[in-house]
Amino acid sequence: MSKSFRFQTSLKHARGFGSGKSGTGHFWQQRVTGVAALLLALVYVVLLVKLQGDDYGAVIATLGNPFVAVLMLAFLGVSVWHMKIGMQVIIEDYVNQPLLRVLALMANSFFSALVGIASAVALIKITFGA
Amino acid sequence: MADARLAASRPLSPHLQVFRFILTMAMSIVHRMTGGFLYVGTVFVAVWLVAAASGPEWFARVDGLYQSWLGRLILLGLVWSLIHHAIGGVRHFIWDLGYGFDKKTADRMALFNLVAGLLLTGVVAVAAFIFA
Repeated sequence: MSKSFRFQTSLKHARGFGSGKSGTGHFWQQRVTGVAALLLALVYVVLLVKLQGDDYGAVIATLGNPFVAVLMLAFLGVSVWHMKIGMQVIIEDYVNQPLLRVLALMANSFFSALVGIASAVALIKITFGA
Repeated sequence: MADARLAASRPLSPHLQVFRFILTMAMSIVHRMTGGFLYVGTVFVAVWLVAAASGPEWFARVDGLYQSWLGRLILLGLVWSLIHHAIGGVRHFIWDLGYGFDKKTADRMALFNLVAGLLLTGVVAVAAFIFA
């Protein structure tokens, strides 16, 4: 046989690349967190306006209210996830150099986690009575 | 497979600079930008919450910074970003449901997003001023 038959197709090179990585899961997460953030943001804006001019004791009392704390924790958690996957899309769109892209994606995860954890710890500490 | 010469001569997907400036395109960019501002803005929320949890001295220090004119300007910008991005998000939900793709409706929604975002930011600013 002069010419060997190639069993390997281009599928091998396509696997693991392109849209096949995550399908629509990412898109859907962006929508779900978006709807949740939209509703919770209304509470958040009203809360911010209400807190204007309040002194330290009043702010702690408001944030320490379990209803407020639960809604704020939900808002921050959902927002952090929404912004993490949103920034991921931006990085994937604009950062093309492979090493830089991986580093940017990592930095995005670290930043989002840090902001989320810091806010959560602070809120929980206030709710449980500093 | 793809050799380097072929890859280099492939047409690039057209980007921002080749298109005429139109409102819907500008609003698409602004949606992303406000998302980016809010991304950075979460630091202000986290710092404020951590300061509040750390006691009155820390809270007073951070509160003082936020009450400065620069602080207020940044916070006002973040409030606008949040409101604009939220309305922009609703616009995306409308598209997701399959409505509003024709040029006229899309243009109208873009204009509404811009105007309503600015108006609501004004309302929040005035309300905050009254409460303060």
